[in-house]
Amino acid sequence: MPDGAKTIRIEVLRYQPGERQEPYAEVFEIPFTHDMSVLEGLQYVKDNLDGSLTYRWSCRMAICGSCGMMIDGKPRLACRTFLRDFEGTVRVEALAHFPIERDLVVDASDFVEKLPRIRPWIEARAPRDLAQGEYLQTPDELARYEQFSHCINCMLCYAACPQYGLDPKFIGPGLIALLHRYNQDSRDAAAGKRNELVHADEGVWSCTAVGYCSEVCPKQVDPASAVNRNKTASALDWFARFLPGRG
Amino acid sequence: MQVFDADVVIVGAGGAGLRAAIAVAESDPRLAVALVSKVYPMRSHTVAAEGGSAGVVLPEDSLEHHFNDTVSGGDWLCDQDAVEFFVSQCTREMVQLEHWGCPWSRRPDGRVNVRAFGGMKIERTWFAADLTGFHMLHTLFQTSLKYPSIRRFDEHFACELLVDGGRAQGVVAAEVSTGELVSIHGRAVVIATGGAGRVFRENTNGGIVTGDGMALAYRRGVPLRDMEFVQYHPTCMPGTGLLFTEACRGEGGILVNKEGYRYLQDYGLGPPDPWPRKKAMELGPRDRLSQAFWHEERKGRTVDTPHGPAVHLDLRHLGDAKLRERLPQIREMALEYLAIDPALAPIPVRPAVHYTMGGIPTDAQGATRLAGLFAAGECASSGIHGANRLGSNSLAELCVFGKAAGEGAARFARGADAPGGSTLRWQEQDAATRAFAPLQGPAQGEALATLRREMAQSMERGCGIYRTAAELEATCLKLAELKERAARVSLKDRAQAWNTEWLGALELGYQLDVAQAMAHSALARRESRGAHQRLDGFTQRDDAQYLKHTLAWHAGAEAPRVTYSEVVITRSPPGERIYGKADPAHA
Repeated sequence: MPDGAKTIRIEVLRYQPGERQEPYAEVFEIPFTHDMSVLEGLQYVKDNLDGSLTYRWSCRMAICGSCGMMIDGKPRLACRTFLRDFEGTVRVEALAHFPIERDLVVDASDFVEKLPRIRPWIEARAPRDLAQGEYLQTPDELARYEQFSHCINCMLCYAACPQYGLDPKFIGPGLIALLHRYNQDSRDAAAGKRNELVHADEGVWSCTAVGYCSEVCPKQVDPASAVNRNKTASALDWFARFLPGRG
Repeated sequence: MQVFDADVVIVGAGGAGLRAAIAVAESDPRLAVALVSKVYPMRSHTVAAEGGSAGVVLPEDSLEHHFNDTVSGGDWLCDQDAVEFFVSQCTREMVQLEHWGCPWSRRPDGRVNVRAFGGMKIERTWFAADLTGFHMLHTLFQTSLKYPSIRRFDEHFACELLVDGGRAQGVVAAEVSTGELVSIHGRAVVIATGGAGRVFRENTNGGIVTGDGMALAYRRGVPLRDMEFVQYHPTCMPGTGLLFTEACRGEGGILVNKEGYRYLQDYGLGPPDPWPRKKAMELGPRDRLSQAFWHEERKGRTVDTPHGPAVHLDLRHLGDAKLRERLPQIREMALEYLAIDPALAPIPVRPAVHYTMGGIPTDAQGATRLAGLFAAGECASSGIHGANRLGSNSLAELCVFGKAAGEGAARFARGADAPGGSTLRWQEQDAATRAFAPLQGPAQGEALATLRREMAQSMERGCGIYRTAAELEATCLKLAELKERAARVSLKDRAQAWNTEWLGALELGYQLDVAQAMAHSALARRESRGAHQRLDGFTQRDDAQYLKHTLAWHAGAEAPRVTYSEVVITRSPPGERIYGKADPAHA
């Protein structure tokens, strides 16, 4: 790089299981420009300094959800975190609470395998032929679930969730938000089936209401509010079973 | 090598691959589907599509209008039978997505809302704010989880298409986490791997958009069609190429040069007012808008930015509330990446490579020339885009042709013998040898990033918005040189597990093949049509000689062979593309 050009250091917690059994920190010095993202910094390292540096990425615009990692200790998307926001050195490591496969790549299979358990599809309240056109859904009805449909499955909230860190059986904030999204959809009638999971041990009652999940969410999905609304619903449902005529 | 057996193997799990998988599962739940993707399905590049998806719904609109907009938008290089089928199926597919839960934006009465896109006579773009591709992809992915017959091979990188007895019979793929190769056999194969925009430098595409499936078919003797037609999207972020959706202009945004002048009126798209007005000014087609930028730059009327010349996309008059409702992602990108609040200041934009119009030729059922091989989505050339794709036709295409290809593959699979053949085992060994070759490269050799950068720079110079024979020839020579040098690539990473440098080297091989098809097809087409514009004496459309599809055939180490095939014209004879004031609809 040219003399006098501004630089910044990226410290990566590396894990190269074929070569070394223990993780280790490695520092790379890279050229700095004001508009560079952490992802672009890692790409500079991979292209110019060390081709073995391993991370997931694709869209570069915070929508594919691939590049979640711990950046200075906080779960963030590398493509939407900028080097200008750090002084001197940026510390980067794999997303917390997931097994690490290599460098910044975690094993996401726990999340992906849990996904079908919440039945993330419409089970129609009133089946309708395609020839009958779309279901009517007013903007207000859409607004009831829309925010919870914005989850990009980046798993930052899982890395933020202390409960998931302690017990990975917990279905977790992102998927409870998605479950809530389908339960709130005026076209859907499967809330009852989904709520069996909500009430179960791995459901909402595992949450200890820390709220960090919502703080780190890059899409303002606010999974904490989905979890808490389902706690209320779950409690109401439990009491409702003792009312006369129900049950 | 571990072998898996399926009935239908689908490569790629973006919008088209998922729609195909669901179509197979719904048409016959007994058919085993293997859905193979180098990333988790929700990471596929469909996720980044913003503005919307076409489907006729308004009473004043018609299939005829959608057909005419598409065919004239494509500068009459569309196969009109394919367009007729396409427009007849779009709305049904959009309703299907609605039934599966897609959160389409709504009107106050609860019906779905539609907006205008470029080159469109009547509003017909269904949208979910400016996150349409994201919502379509997640809806399709989550819906696909209902079907037990779909078995996913997530993070499996396709290395080879297996062909025996003149029939596609499966793929060899590398499991990314281990680097082990597996062979997935099927009675039919669907390729749905998306486009190839990453062969260019400044582009809107995700890192995964490397033309893998196109190259796999091409290497097996299937020609690539109309590859010279590469779409530049006119409104992208300088430097990164990130996309600011056409919906910005559909909602009323304007484009101005450094003098604050709406320059599109100088390029046959005016008059500027009244605005917004369909098929005029900022709602002209993408090829024309990108070409107008090129001329503005030549005239010195662009704005300088740290990443080169730009013009201004001005959304201020839409106001903060509308920006938040209709264009939330655009607002967020401008704020975070450029520190610009679009309610207060214009956004600098410039054209960047966005879409590959060409691809693997298919009929309207998604079938290719190779028995048992189907293709859908951006990797395919179904014939609907011609020389310039109309905005919002590609998301609809994923559904219409994804479904058709899935149903076609299911039908084929039911009537086909189980995979087998004397050469499959040999092909698998051969695939392994070739796939692992970059890991055995020299200690001192070519750097992957250098090869990639030289390819992208050369493609941008030779195959950009305007082209000349001299620059195209230089690009063709450069690509041949890069292919030779790529054989001597030296990887730092020699591990097998999670080796993304190795997979990058395999992707570069795909990209160089696809880039050659683009450059040689462009050199051979000595006319100007749609997104292919020549400056060197071939500035006009030449229907007498070039109302034809280009076919580029793989020729081993040699340059691709270029031939032509007929364009299907059913009811719209080639005419003049008319936008702006000259359109009689606005006279």
